[in-house]
Amino acid sequence: MLKKFIDNSRAKSPWIMHFDCGSCNGCDIEVLACLTPMYDVERFGVVNVGNPKHADVLLVTGTVNPRNAKVLRNIYDQMPDPKGVIAIGACGLSGGIFRECYNVLGGIDKVIPVDIYVPGCPAKPEAIIDGVVAALAKFEGLKG
Amino acid sequence: MARTIIPFGPQHPVLPEPLHLKLVCEDEIVKEAIPALGYVHRGLEKLAEIRDFNQMIQVVERVCGICSMLHSQCYCQGIEEMMGVEIPERAKYLRTVWSELHRMHSHLLWLGLFADAFGFESLFMQFWRIRERIMDLNEATAGSRVIVSVNVVGGVRQDLTPEQCSWILTEVAQAGKEIKAIQSTMLSDYTVCKRTKGVAALTKEQAYELGAAGPTLRASGVAQDMRQLKYAAFDKIDFEPVVEYDGDCYARGVVRFREALQSIDIIRAAISGMPQGDISVPVKGNPEGEIITRVEQPRGECMYYMKGNGTKFLERVRIRTPTFANVPPLIAFMPGLELADVPVAVLSIDPCISCTER
Repeated sequence: MLKKFIDNSRAKSPWIMHFDCGSCNGCDIEVLACLTPMYDVERFGVVNVGNPKHADVLLVTGTVNPRNAKVLRNIYDQMPDPKGVIAIGACGLSGGIFRECYNVLGGIDKVIPVDIYVPGCPAKPEAIIDGVVAALAKFEGLKG
Repeated sequence: MARTIIPFGPQHPVLPEPLHLKLVCEDEIVKEAIPALGYVHRGLEKLAEIRDFNQMIQVVERVCGICSMLHSQCYCQGIEEMMGVEIPERAKYLRTVWSELHRMHSHLLWLGLFADAFGFESLFMQFWRIRERIMDLNEATAGSRVIVSVNVVGGVRQDLTPEQCSWILTEVAQAGKEIKAIQSTMLSDYTVCKRTKGVAALTKEQAYELGAAGPTLRASGVAQDMRQLKYAAFDKIDFEPVVEYDGDCYARGVVRFREALQSIDIIRAAISGMPQGDISVPVKGNPEGEIITRVEQPRGECMYYMKGNGTKFLERVRIRTPTFANVPPLIAFMPGLELADVPVAVLSIDPCISCTER
C-alpha cells in the first residue's frame, strides 16, 4: 500500500533537481524563473530540491565537457529509480552553438540517457514546464 | 587542531553554476579556500577561427546569458573601432537602453539569489517577481527574454517605436516603485543585517591591490565604473558611480540595490534624449589591426582584446571578465569565516562562472 501511495504521489508531485552542466546561464535563469511567482510550478506540486537522493526528475542545461561529465554521471547514479532526465536548451540537446569547440563532447545524451528534450536558446519557461509535464508520463505508467 | 576539507560545489543548492571550492576548516572556521575551476570551460574564443566576425556576435552573446547584451556590445564596439565605423546616435542610445535593462534584470536576479543564500525565501520571490517586468520588456522589444541579440556591427537590429518607449518608461517606473517598497526589508531588516553586516569585509586598499571589479570594488569605496569611459550614449547621460565604504556583504548588496534604481534613471534619460534617425550603417570590408575595448557589466569591468588580419576571420579574441578579477578577493576574504556564512560570502561577488571559464 505504501508503494502504491509513493507511485501515485510521484506522478502528482515530482521533485526536480537542476544541474548546470556548462551552459551560458541563459537556460539556468529560465529554470529558476519557473520556480518564481510569474510561472510558479509549485502550484502543480513541483518542488525544487538540492539533493540528488531526493530527486525524481533531473533538469540538465548546457554542454558536456570531460570534467563535468564525471559530475553529471555521479549525480545521475545517486538518484533513486525511477527517474527522468530532461535536457534543456540547444546546448543540452546537441552542443548547440558550441558543438565545434575543442572542449565540448556534445549533448547530455552522450553521458546519461535522456527522456525529454526541450529545445530553445534559451528555452522559455513555458517550454520547460511543458517538458517536466511530458516527463511525468514515465511515472504515470507506474501508478497503481 | 585537526583540519577537515569540505567540498563546496560543483553541484550546490545555493549556486546556480558549477563552482567548486575546497574549504579547509578547523572546527567551523574556514582557514583556506582553494578554488577548482574548469567545469564550464568550452573554449569558445577558438571559435573565432571558424566563425566570421559577424557570426562571432552570436557566440560572444552566449559567453554568459545574464549579461549577453553587454558582451555583444563590447565586441561590436571593438570591431567598429577597428574598421573606423561611426554608428548613428540613435543606435548608441538604443544600446544604452537595452544594456541598462540587462543591468537591472541582472541585479534583481542577484538580489534574489542573495536573499535565498541567507534563507529569506519570500524576499527572493519578490525580487524575481519584479524582474519579470524587465524580462517582458526584453521579449516585447527584442523578441527574446534573455539573449536579446540586438547588436550588429554598425548599429542595432531593432528599433523602438514611441509607444514601446512610453511603455518601457511606465514599466520601469512601476518596477522602481516595487523595488522601493521592499527597500526597508532588504536594507534594514534585523535578520538581513545580522547575516550580512561585517561578513567578508574587504578594505579599500585590499580591493584595489587584488584587482577587484565592479560592485565588489565600489562597495569598498573605490569610485570606478567603466561607464565613465563614455562609451555608447554615456557621453550625453550624466551619472555618478554608486559607492559604499564598508566593503562587506551588506555594502555589496546596497551597491547593487542602488544601481538597479540608478539604471531606471539612465533608461529614462536615454529614452528622453534619444534622437531620430537611422539605427545602423552599412559596413564594408574586414577588420584589421588590434583593439582593446571595455564596458561595465553588471558584475564589473569586461575587456575584449581582438586582433584582425584583414580576412573575415579574426585572428584572436581574448575576453577578460569581471568574475575572473573577483576571484582573488574571494580567496582573500574567505579565511576566518564561519562555514554557514560561506554561501553568502561566495554570492556577494556575484560569481558568473560561465563568463570566467568561457
